[in-house]
Amino acid sequence: MSEREKCVFVTVGTTSFDPLIELVSISTFCKLLEELGYTRLLLQIGRGQYEPEAFTKPGFRLEYFRFKDTIAEDIQNASLVISHAGAGSCLETLGAGKPLVVVINETLMNNHQLELANQLYKDGHLYYATCSNLRHLLKDMDISKLKTFPPGQPEKFAAFLDKVMGVS
Amino acid sequence: MASVAVLAVWFVGLSAVLALLRLYFVFRGLGKDRNPTAASSGSIRTVVVVGSGGHTTEVLRLMSGLSDKYAPRYYIIAETDQMSEEKVHRFERETHPGKKDSYEIQKVPRSREVAQSWLSTVFTTLYATLYSFPMVFRISPDLILCNGPGTCIPPCAAGLLMTFLGLKKVSLVYVESICRVETLSLSAQLLYYLADHLLVQWPHLQQKFPRTTYIGRVI
Repeated sequence: MSEREKCVFVTVGTTSFDPLIELVSISTFCKLLEELGYTRLLLQIGRGQYEPEAFTKPGFRLEYFRFKDTIAEDIQNASLVISHAGAGSCLETLGAGKPLVVVINETLMNNHQLELANQLYKDGHLYYATCSNLRHLLKDMDISKLKTFPPGQPEKFAAFLDKVMGVS
Repeated sequence: MASVAVLAVWFVGLSAVLALLRLYFVFRGLGKDRNPTAASSGSIRTVVVVGSGGHTTEVLRLMSGLSDKYAPRYYIIAETDQMSEEKVHRFERETHPGKKDSYEIQKVPRSREVAQSWLSTVFTTLYATLYSFPMVFRISPDLILCNGPGTCIPPCAAGLLMTFLGLKKVSLVYVESICRVETLSLSAQLLYYLADHLLVQWPHLQQKFPRTTYIGRVI
């Protein structure tokens, strides 16, 4: 990776989210990203049916993959992460201190994931969008206004469990 | 003939009374601090029900703080979930290096795929249940730890049955996903009166559901 590369990483986790993948891989969207100063678009498309067309041209390239054991490195290398609302992807991104835009998958049944995205949005940790307003959001948002999300404390859970299970 | 009927009614009545009595004792024991069986043997046989995607990440975060006393660890994973299996192996390599025999992965049919209809969910859950009961009875866990997906219901039911039958006190600890900000998941609603401890990640959710516990964000 070159020093000046600015990557947008789009991730859908273990699900499929074709509307999002289709939206971001069309040429006008790539052009928008380029205008915003990004040089690379990397897509993790999960179980999606739709496969985008990878391309490389001077100043911009699009690549994709389905799954990896870990996407930690891709998040680390990204300047911006666009994710589905899955807790794992959200928390991994916020944990890595990367700016995050969550796109709500409106086709999922009983869309409780909105609750988390909404709360994290209310608390100022991320931006959220739907496929229909993602473009606008990317143009208008101010990444520097996002607040860091403090990590959870699994050690508190361990102490709680030790107590209730009678472990000394 | 009449005497047979009377006898049958009497027998059913007696069974019902005994079952209710047993239920009373099981319920009285729920949520009690200290688990004598587990504490005396020194190690806690632990079943971890792994969901998929975000649930897996969450449950492994929870596991990351636990001591070596929680062993052996049996991870129950839906058979179609290759990604979670990899995550568990990697987690174990990192947190318990060189202790390959302190954990096992058990595969079960999925109770419910994302976006599967509720009606067909009933049948797939029944199928998953048939699979889970002998598995959990064989493992005979002290603790079942889960955090949400439908996959956790059959093992939890098996654990409850073991407790009900007096075979072993199986503690059910359910940790609600951080996704749940305003409402409890279906699994948590099912286990609301049955789990020994039900932890939530947001204080206002605890206020809505007083039987839950909030000890800070643990995921």
